[in-house]
Amino acid sequence: MYVVSAPFWYAALQRVRKVLTHRTVPALALFSAFTFILMMFNIPLPGGTTGHAVGGTLVAIVLGPWAAVLSVSVVLAIQALLFGDGGLTTFGANCFNMAVVLPMVGYFIYKVISGNSDISSTRRLAGAIIGSYFGIIAAALVAGLELGLQPLLFHTLDGTPLYAPYGLNVAISAMAIGHLAVAGPVESIVTGLVFFYLQKSHSTLLCGEASRKREGKLWLVWAGALVVLAFATPLGLLAAGTAWGEWAADELQNLLGYIPRGLKSMSNLWHAPLPDYIVPGMGDIAGYIVSALLGIVLLCFLVWMLGRWITRRNKVKKKQSSTGVSGI
Amino acid sequence: MTGGGFLARNIAGFTQALESVLVTENLSRIPGFMQGLDPRVKVITLLLFIIFVGLAQDFPILIAILILSLVLVLLSKIPMALYFKRLFIFIPIFTAVIAIPALFITPGTPLLSVAGKAVITLQGARTAGLLILRVTDSLSLGLLLIITTPWTKFLVALRWLRLPSLIVDILGMTYRYIFLLLHTANSMFMARQSRTIGGFTGAENRRWLGRALATTMVKSQYLSEEVYLAMLSRGYQGEIRTLSELNIRGRDFVWMAFTLSALSLILWSIYR
Repeated sequence: MYVVSAPFWYAALQRVRKVLTHRTVPALALFSAFTFILMMFNIPLPGGTTGHAVGGTLVAIVLGPWAAVLSVSVVLAIQALLFGDGGLTTFGANCFNMAVVLPMVGYFIYKVISGNSDISSTRRLAGAIIGSYFGIIAAALVAGLELGLQPLLFHTLDGTPLYAPYGLNVAISAMAIGHLAVAGPVESIVTGLVFFYLQKSHSTLLCGEASRKREGKLWLVWAGALVVLAFATPLGLLAAGTAWGEWAADELQNLLGYIPRGLKSMSNLWHAPLPDYIVPGMGDIAGYIVSALLGIVLLCFLVWMLGRWITRRNKVKKKQSSTGVSGI
Repeated sequence: MTGGGFLARNIAGFTQALESVLVTENLSRIPGFMQGLDPRVKVITLLLFIIFVGLAQDFPILIAILILSLVLVLLSKIPMALYFKRLFIFIPIFTAVIAIPALFITPGTPLLSVAGKAVITLQGARTAGLLILRVTDSLSLGLLLIITTPWTKFLVALRWLRLPSLIVDILGMTYRYIFLLLHTANSMFMARQSRTIGGFTGAENRRWLGRALATTMVKSQYLSEEVYLAMLSRGYQGEIRTLSELNIRGRDFVWMAFTLSALSLILWSIYR
């Protein structure tokens, strides 16, 4: 996972270097420290429980997505090292999920929804809330994918998984449900509240962000990164699926012309304890990817349409208001 | 009406974080075996061990590495109770979430059946055991590195390992200002609690929390400006210089030799 995160770190570093003034180091350090504190806050949830937020989208909105990649990574590193929250070995994966996927997706959606609207507009607030929600969901899905891929990629000869034992369907749905229901709302609540307050009292902090929107081409880069991200991961899965095609008994029959007797008797054993989690055959995996991909594409399309629709409506409104009350 | 509880929980959380880091800083300065090693040597050797833990697929190797790390803890004069407390914060959660289901989910020869339905398989038990051991091992080694190395020296080692200086500088400064912001946040909550009689509704608390967070954010923004000016007035020109010098001594060579022979032994036992 370090390998996957590395290009993003590199890109983030390059981008930050490009705009690097001597001011950057203390600014990034202070914001990383702030992100750390933000993650420590206990947020009271409706229903009397509490939760923690990541705040990646919020940082991305205020600082820009690349700076957010760096500062969330820094925070995760300090957490992993000093507080032992996440192991060293999972640090790469953690960073990819929470420091790359989360702020990028969250920021992207925020930008799409907020468009060219006013800094103090409700639309921006909605963008922040929805963006942070989907940001964390995307991070959770990617985490589920990573966990689910592990038994496919790393297992001993007798099929004993070496690391995390879950299959894709279990891991992804487990991650998704928890995050849809709890972590997502926490993230949106926090982002929404802070964003609302900043709009009211410290809109200068958000101004820096608003001026960045002129860099129109960057949009495309993010969109491209998202698409590549969405497609590359399942592609890796496909490749792995064929390589380990021996898993399905009938697949083996196609390949070898017979089913090894041991495997046949074993496969009966496999069916007995957990009929729902039979070793996934090729069809299942492929189906899963296709539906996941469709979901992503559909979601992107919907968000895009929504953004388009709102922008157009706003333009019409603006036209009307500017012709109507041109004096003000 | 969860006002008091929510504030108290936050204050407790902040205090605990401060305390745990301060304890770690103290431990990294007592004269023990690992504390005396060069940080660069420590980072490289312990990372090598962690990589080997990731590769190892046998119980004996993993158990041997665990015992080795515990011996090192003893030699470094770290209180065992504290070490285990740190070590086992994470492991139970991990065990419940990932290892226990692995007992049942992993396909294989049945070993035991629970409540007539769920079956623990031989492979499942093996997987769960390996998982827990591997996590314990890497956590133990990582903890050893962190507890016995002051943060600043650790960063010097990372810089020596060619981590970009931008990152190292940010890591160092972030660490320093986390303390300040923790104190700031803590006093905000204390102030709030000392003015609170009775309680607040969840919605009121959330609104207050949003303001508190945003204020902290604005404060850190101002602070970064001031810190920058302070750095500038001390001659900052884009590079942070430190006084700490590292030198490799006799015991570093002994430790490196030991590490190399231990790792080759592991390699030999895997591929013989």
